[in-house]
Amino acid sequence: MTESTKVKVLDKVVVRFSGDSGDGMQLAGNIFSSISAAIGNEISTFPDYPAEIRAPQGTLSGVSGFQVHIGKGVYTPGDKADVLVAMNPAALKTNIKFLKKGGVVIIDTDSFKESDLKKALYNTNDAITELGIDPSQVMTVAITTHTKEALADSGLDLKSIVRCKNIFALGLVCWLFDRPVSQAGLMLSHKFAKKPTVAEANIKVLNDGYNYGHNIHASVSTYRIESASVKKGTYTDVNGNTATAWGLIAAAEKAKLPLYLGSYPITPATDILHELAKRKDVGVKACQMEDEIAGACSAIGAAFAGNLAATSTSGPGLALKSEALGLAVMAELPLVVIDVQRGGPSTGLPTKTEQTDLLQALYGRNGESPIVVVAASTPANCFDMAFNAAKIALEHMTPVILLTDGFIANGSTAWRIPEADEYPEIRPNYVKPEMADNGWRPYLRDPETYVRHWAIPGTEGFMHRLGGLEKDAKTGAISTEPSNHARMVAARQAKIDYIVNDIPDLKVLGNPDSDLLVIGWGGTYGHIYSAVTEMCNAGQSVAMIHFNYINPLPRNTEEIIRRYKKVVVCELNNGQFASYLSGKIHGVDFLRYNKIEAQPFTTSELVEHFAHLLEK
Amino acid sequence: MEENKKYTAQDYKSDQYVRWCPGCGDHAILNALQKAMAEVGIPPYKTAVISGIGCSSRLPYYMGTYGFHTIHGRAGAIATGVKVANPELAVWQVSGDGDGLAIGGNHFIHEVRRNIDINILLLNNKIYGLTKGQYSPTTDRGAVTKSSPYGTVEDPFIPAELVFGARGTFFARSLDVDTATSVEVLAAAARHKGASVVEILQNCVIFNNNIHSYITDKEVRAERTIHLHHGEKMLFGKEMNRGLVLDGHLLKAITIGEDGYTIDDVLVHDATTQNFVMHQMLAMMDGHELPLAIGVIRNVEAPTYDGEVTRQVEEVRQKKNYPTLRDVILSGDTWEVK
Ligand SMILES: Cc1ncc(C[n+]2csc(CCOP(=O)(O)OP(=O)(O)O)c2C)c(N)n1
Ligand code: SF4
Ligand SMILES: [Mg+2]
Repeated sequence: MTESTKVKVLDKVVVRFSGDSGDGMQLAGNIFSSISAAIGNEISTFPDYPAEIRAPQGTLSGVSGFQVHIGKGVYTPGDKADVLVAMNPAALKTNIKFLKKGGVVIIDTDSFKESDLKKALYNTNDAITELGIDPSQVMTVAITTHTKEALADSGLDLKSIVRCKNIFALGLVCWLFDRPVSQAGLMLSHKFAKKPTVAEANIKVLNDGYNYGHNIHASVSTYRIESASVKKGTYTDVNGNTATAWGLIAAAEKAKLPLYLGSYPITPATDILHELAKRKDVGVKACQMEDEIAGACSAIGAAFAGNLAATSTSGPGLALKSEALGLAVMAELPLVVIDVQRGGPSTGLPTKTEQTDLLQALYGRNGESPIVVVAASTPANCFDMAFNAAKIALEHMTPVILLTDGFIANGSTAWRIPEADEYPEIRPNYVKPEMADNGWRPYLRDPETYVRHWAIPGTEGFMHRLGGLEKDAKTGAISTEPSNHARMVAARQAKIDYIVNDIPDLKVLGNPDSDLLVIGWGGTYGHIYSAVTEMCNAGQSVAMIHFNYINPLPRNTEEIIRRYKKVVVCELNNGQFASYLSGKIHGVDFLRYNKIEAQPFTTSELVEHFAHLLEK
Repeated sequence: MEENKKYTAQDYKSDQYVRWCPGCGDHAILNALQKAMAEVGIPPYKTAVISGIGCSSRLPYYMGTYGFHTIHGRAGAIATGVKVANPELAVWQVSGDGDGLAIGGNHFIHEVRRNIDINILLLNNKIYGLTKGQYSPTTDRGAVTKSSPYGTVEDPFIPAELVFGARGTFFARSLDVDTATSVEVLAAAARHKGASVVEILQNCVIFNNNIHSYITDKEVRAERTIHLHHGEKMLFGKEMNRGLVLDGHLLKAITIGEDGYTIDDVLVHDATTQNFVMHQMLAMMDGHELPLAIGVIRNVEAPTYDGEVTRQVEEVRQKKNYPTLRDVILSGDTWEVK
């Protein structure tokens, strides 16, 4: 009887969907997270695609996963899952390590036949025992059989029917977590709008999956997940790459400039190119160039010609762009460079995450070549930081590098769609018509901000020549005069330094009255913040600051850091930010917590490490 | 109206002192370019000249237009961005043989393949001038230069071949010493929609002096070059009594009235035919057995990259009709929190 079903109330829960890459796990996971968000949960998701494009079906290398964390106080996709859905033995084998102690496994018994087990390289005919799983944790359901029965009269062919089994599993999970299947049904009709029979079939099995749980497994406890009190508005699910692309478009709209993207495909940055290529529908010119150099160079050309110009890439591509970035520094043109960091060096670990491009971004150019470097901290924050990067570039006539990473680029969160008036104006320093006859020269600067004027080709009266050769500060003609060079180097630096006035101060998170200050930057925010919050809630006092702005650093950086007895910098590299900070703030012992496994932090490892630091 | 204003070469000059070596072929090319621009009449403020690095790439500083002296090899990529971003501009690229065909070779073939509406000046002195005399990708096999003291052991590119290989729509050639032809082909390049490549044989007096003299010397030029004009007979020689005919599948230079050849046997130049086989044969003539071709060799129509980008953006925009980004996002999967 349903009335007697046990209901557990939880703050948050992690569900991991896994199966063959053809099993539709991403779709099931996506729908599950979206409907959870729609009923007021915070969400964070992370897809785990197989490295191979088309691995043989049922094999270990063909497993695809999708982890979703829902509830209240959700800042990461979660270290481990409370519930693991495994559609085949290969998925079970590769994903069992992501299951929490005492977590629940749901398997499709139809795909655990001898031949399936063989493909996944099991030694016995009993996957559960072989993997040492407690059978009482396992919910066995003949998912494929039920799906076939449900759709016997659907008129679909067998292949299409079997393809719906992911949605049966989704229905079951919806029942387990008390999700509204009607909402999931709406999303399916949207997804399959062009194939009404397929939509209908999916909605049927969705309900059957839900009812199956309700009727057959009435004794299993279900969960109620706490809602967060989120801001009113219209929401969507967004990953970091899409958010980055949208942030650029939003900036172009604000600045009333066309957006140009020059790019070359590279994992994990390519989806930015994909999204902006689609956005021709709002006037974006996204050009796939012949290489990364051309991506950056064409963007510099577009900036010269008066567009908001951007180029997107990952570490190896940033290396190729470095000479061009030097040109943008010298020509003082606005340019947004997006580096979605991945494991390096060289080709490294293309699909995995790392924060190892920081020093490349800061220093990877010849000459004294200061550049603005900013970093996004969450998938949704990619929108804000892409917008801010563009604003800084346009208003300060400088290239800006935005660092994101594979983790936040592919991970997603719920995001409230902002109204245009929620973000600030962008006011580039254009030449004014009256300047034409009044001694205007291309490298004359605003005395306070050191920003030169932007004169866009096509404008009468402002014909000028830019270039990579050093220019005379006054006339803009080529100059090798020693004191002029010193003066120009200083001016380019002062221009970047001045930007500190346009960026927000740091806020101390966690418990400010602590002995321990935890420092992070970029995409590690979710894990560090979760660890700090967890510890503070448990009565352990930890303070935290997190950097979105790296060059220049926020004004109160030094003052905050000097307040603390112990300072630890956590980053997914060998200590690049720590060494950068040490170079700027002297006499502070920056402890380091570094991970270079091309994986994000886990909240638990951070908690453990911080606790250890508090004890010492 | 500003648009109807008549421009002179002077309007395309900047106030900068021209710093090429006295006698360098670049001086004459600069003058020819300014004359051609005045002839075509696009105002200086609607003109952008983009170059890479090299002696030849200093050219934008001497122009009274918008200009950008960029980095070695990348002029083509930067010019591409300029044109796509601002299709109203007349965009010119100036590259040396090293800038355009060595370090920038990749960008060169791709801009030609895309048929973006840029006029590409390739100043071919068969040497690296600015770095003081190393061989380039157009240096003849065996040439002794500073970096090939025993002679090069590699074959050069013939720029036209690269252009045709990349399915180029416009190729013309001129000589630095022949300003009239340079003006003619540069103006034709400007009027052609698409990537227009103009190769100008340029003398570097310092590091490769007289490298083109075999062809360019006044006494021999008429016999060793042929100035092609679309729709006209392929005639050359001091007396204009020599011509090109087809001999089997190959070109042959004949003298009218000798060996039974008459004017009727002489080929008529068709620069506008899509098939590039004849253009290729003409462009490959090197002044030895057959005269080197100058003038516009190929000039065909095809969709331009910048035109297609603009067209596609407009088409998709009209079809989808999203006023702003917010409307795009709202058309996807969303939910309300009340
Ligand atoms: C990245 C880079 N590599 C090398 C150079 C040095 N460099 C400058 S110009 C040049 C070659 C110039 O030859 P070309 O393009 O034929 O121009 P020319 O001087 O002959 O007109 C070289 C190798 C450079 N400036 N930048
Ligand atoms: S070195 Fe040669 S190419 Fe360069 S300016 Fe002198 S003559 Fe001209
Ligand atoms: Mg040269």
